[in-house]
Amino acid sequence: MIRFILIQNRAGKTRLAKWYMQFDDDEKQKLIEEVHAVVTVRDAKHTNFVEFRNFKIIYRRYAGLYFCICVDVNDNNLAYLEAIHNFVEVLNEYFHNVCELDLVFNFYKVYTVVDEMFLAGEIRETSQTKARRQPSSPSLSRPGGRDPAGSGPQGRRLHPTASGPWLWAEATVCVPSNRAAVV
Amino acid sequence: MRGLAVFISDIRNCKSKEAEIKRINKELANIRSKFKGDKALDGYSKKKYVCKLLFIFLLGHDIDFGHMEAVNLLSSNRYTEKQIGYLFISVLVNSNSELIRLINNAIKNDLASRNPTFMGLALHCIASVGSREMAEAFAGEIPKVLVAGDTMDSVKQSAALCLLRLYRTSPDLVPMGDWTSRVVHLLNDQHLGVVTAATSLITTLAQKNPEEFKTSVSLAVSRLSRIVTSASTDLQDYTYYFVPAPWLSVKLLRLLQCYPPPDPAVRGRLTECLETILNKAQEPPKSKKVQHSNAKNAVLFEAISLIIHHDSEPNLLVRACNQLGQFLQHRETNLRYLALESMCTLASSEFSHEAVKTHIETVINALKTERDVSVRQRAVDLLYAMCDRSNAPQIVAEMLSYLETADYSIREEIVLKVAILAEKYAVDYTWYVDTILNLIRIAGDYVSEEVWYRVIQIVINRDDVQGYAAKTVFEALQAPACHENLVKVGGYILGEFGNLIAGDPRSSPLIQFNLLHSKFHLCSVPTRALLLSTYIKFVNLFPEVKPTIQDVLRSDSQLRNADVELQQRAVEYLRLSTVASTDILATVLEEMPPFPERESSILAKLKKKKGPSTVTDLEDTKRERSVDVNGGPEPAPASTSAMSTPSPSADLLGLGRPTARPHPPPGGGLLVDVFSDSASVVAPLAPGSEDNFARFVCKNNGVLFENQLLQIGLKSEFRQNLGRMFIFYGNKTSTQFLNFTPTLICSDDLQPNLNLQTKPVDPTVEGGAQVQQVVNIECVSDFTEAPVLNIQFRYGGTFQNVSVQLPITLNKFFQPTEMASQDFFQRWKQLSNPQQEVQNIFKAKHPMDTEVTKAKIIGFGSALLEEVDPNPANFVGAGIIHTKTTQIGCLLRLEPNLQAQMYRLTLRTSKEAVSQRLCELLSAQF
Repeated sequence: MIRFILIQNRAGKTRLAKWYMQFDDDEKQKLIEEVHAVVTVRDAKHTNFVEFRNFKIIYRRYAGLYFCICVDVNDNNLAYLEAIHNFVEVLNEYFHNVCELDLVFNFYKVYTVVDEMFLAGEIRETSQTKARRQPSSPSLSRPGGRDPAGSGPQGRRLHPTASGPWLWAEATVCVPSNRAAVV
Repeated sequence: MRGLAVFISDIRNCKSKEAEIKRINKELANIRSKFKGDKALDGYSKKKYVCKLLFIFLLGHDIDFGHMEAVNLLSSNRYTEKQIGYLFISVLVNSNSELIRLINNAIKNDLASRNPTFMGLALHCIASVGSREMAEAFAGEIPKVLVAGDTMDSVKQSAALCLLRLYRTSPDLVPMGDWTSRVVHLLNDQHLGVVTAATSLITTLAQKNPEEFKTSVSLAVSRLSRIVTSASTDLQDYTYYFVPAPWLSVKLLRLLQCYPPPDPAVRGRLTECLETILNKAQEPPKSKKVQHSNAKNAVLFEAISLIIHHDSEPNLLVRACNQLGQFLQHRETNLRYLALESMCTLASSEFSHEAVKTHIETVINALKTERDVSVRQRAVDLLYAMCDRSNAPQIVAEMLSYLETADYSIREEIVLKVAILAEKYAVDYTWYVDTILNLIRIAGDYVSEEVWYRVIQIVINRDDVQGYAAKTVFEALQAPACHENLVKVGGYILGEFGNLIAGDPRSSPLIQFNLLHSKFHLCSVPTRALLLSTYIKFVNLFPEVKPTIQDVLRSDSQLRNADVELQQRAVEYLRLSTVASTDILATVLEEMPPFPERESSILAKLKKKKGPSTVTDLEDTKRERSVDVNGGPEPAPASTSAMSTPSPSADLLGLGRPTARPHPPPGGGLLVDVFSDSASVVAPLAPGSEDNFARFVCKNNGVLFENQLLQIGLKSEFRQNLGRMFIFYGNKTSTQFLNFTPTLICSDDLQPNLNLQTKPVDPTVEGGAQVQQVVNIECVSDFTEAPVLNIQFRYGGTFQNVSVQLPITLNKFFQPTEMASQDFFQRWKQLSNPQQEVQNIFKAKHPMDTEVTKAKIIGFGSALLEEVDPNPANFVGAGIIHTKTTQIGCLLRLEPNLQAQMYRLTLRTSKEAVSQRLCELLSAQF
């Protein structure tokens, strides 16, 4: 089963944390830091799996964001790796070309999307059309021009246009040097 | 919510942590005043403020108000307000909050609302919080929602997983009931999302209540079959990059891993599914995208897990192994990693062990070239799993050379593995001693106490290696810088066996002593203590160095040492050397008696290191023997040697050694041979017992019997006319078995020919526990029948009685014999007497696969002779059956006829009954 799902950026800012077992707040913070330390040092030639305490982390990088799922050691690695991608595709459709800022400004909606697709530590729904069909329409309240960071790296789309290549290998991502590290 | 967006932007624009805190405090003050204000807030504002509080909390700040407002939102009729309320509760409210009653009330209303969206929110909240209070309030309600005819599909999905969460946190509050059979039928649901959610629920419930959910097996198989045979567009949005319902397939395959192989009818269909999945892996990809291949391979790996779990279809196992072999060289690191991992479990199946071994070069190459340490780690694991007597020298050498550059994080584990393999597969114990000394040289810091204790135990128990060990450690100690562990081993071995090399003037007693003493001052206290013991042993072994040693003991640095232990040893040893007569000294310092037989403490250490779930070696997981705490030789000869009594067995790891004497100590053994007159209380053989029995003819390990209560696993090893079988009784229930009595029964005909000895097991078997029984086997003369294992016990008030045939068959006492074509035919001609030959022509019951056939002949025990028969399609084998009274040479020839799907099997041995029995046994295998 899934123990937790984390979305973090390269600077270690958490964009989403969903816990499926009981941890106290200190423990959660520790886990977040450990996962960041474990995942960010790995490069594209490494596997997408890494042993973590008594569990394992299945992760995938999209632009500046790491999507990490912590599962039991005997769980199916590739199934969860593709579950991450399926989730990203749903987010991408939902937010019409999702970028990190969407996850910041609409954090409460991301939680609902997560709950549609994963519940109680298990995969709940895999159909993209069904996972997207939600009562609230996706908001476009991303303030674009108002936000100075809007055009920065956090405004970069995680998922390029449908026909383009996927930005999930480190080599294909160019990281600007003046990245803002706050929120 | 524009206000929220503005607030988030403000926070993002803060240049420092202080500015952020200031902005947050301003906002908190604002929200607090709004909540406390006289004016009632409208729903929208309440939602906005609660959402801001949530954001502040997620930034890592404490929130101590707003909970009540969040609870108020739950009773709103607007989705967006309700949703924020539930989110706040799920993230922030812990289970013991005093608000839990209000929250539960709101949830109850939403569950009863018949509005699927609201029901969904309520269920997601329960699933997220999952507290005991919620389980108490809703565990009765949710199964009803789940199986009600008019529940919407999306609500069913949520209800299934919500119930799963409650079952995990409070299983006692979710009793099985009428709903369970309806839940099983959700596997047939039209909506694949419902099936996806329900399969997770059923899998978890079935693990705990296998009997209750056994009908799920056939439903899961037929659902799986429909998925794998569907065209890529049939399942519409459940098709992911041309792969039909990959996640659901994986879940169904995992569900099937909760059960043994199904009945023949269902089994055929399942085998077809698995074959289809394996075939698809060979087809050209429908898309170049990695998503396509990942999804396809996710299903493939799960299918392989199931094949390994069943461990009953040699054909599928060998195919799985070949598929994984292809992945070992794949350009995707992920696939190489997973193939190594999966192959580890395949290596422990008797059917595929040989096939796995063919990949040894690739795996060794992976060890040398992979960039990711976790991949290299898997390669080490696989080498360990595929190791057997034939390739042990190569694998151990490769691991040793890898150790020189290995990552620090995995060194200790590699050291343990090398030590275990070197011991387990040592034919020549000089090789073992060299290997361990090499280990200490290369990675001394990572050689734990268990490892060097072990080498000493083995040297002490095997007198053929003692002289060599003494000579080797003496040479190793000559190095200017040697690891302290080497000093310990050297000190101990020279103290015991230094006399064996003292005749050589280059290693005379004085030279030995000076060599050891030159290391003394660089060592830690425990090592010095050990060396002092060595010195007193030298006083006994070599009277000529006594004055030198007494001088050392008498020196201030010993007699007045600040360390109490060292001081005491020096004082006592000095006194002992002065007052005791030669006879007394010789008695006190007598050579160490052999250590009693016990599990290698290194194995226990490795198990502890890796945790019970991740040790892949079948043997390791099955041997749950007590951890050997005091396994090491404590370096205090005065006490240990005086109290130990010699143990009858000199064999430490025990199995299959030339010197193994499988007789329990006198008095402790129990000769189990119940005569036929007691057969009235013995149950008839369990159904399916024959099939299971046949499976064990060519293999030694596996599951012999399984029903809902009990699982019986076997692990056995044979050498010449002796054997040892470990029988593992697993209690699958959560209740105790009482009066648990397994009995071995040999018929009158069998009894004089086969000796079985065992000890009774503990009559109580705890729920979920496994007990082990060891049977020592001696083949006195050739035999036909098999012994019967009868098990009687009480389970929850009912008496259980099970009988199975124990697969001890004549061919187990085979030793393979290699011979050239000429020799073979010469001997074949010598056995031309008609009574010596038995032939059987029969129809193939399994697919006629060359590799599988070879594996079976090797598993049968004879050597497989290549290039002997002029017809390359034929198989010939040769071996010797060892019994206590005689040895019987056997030759066999198997001629397949693919067109007719027939075989002709010919056996020639010097004894008619042996030819007959071997022919029967082997014929049943093809």
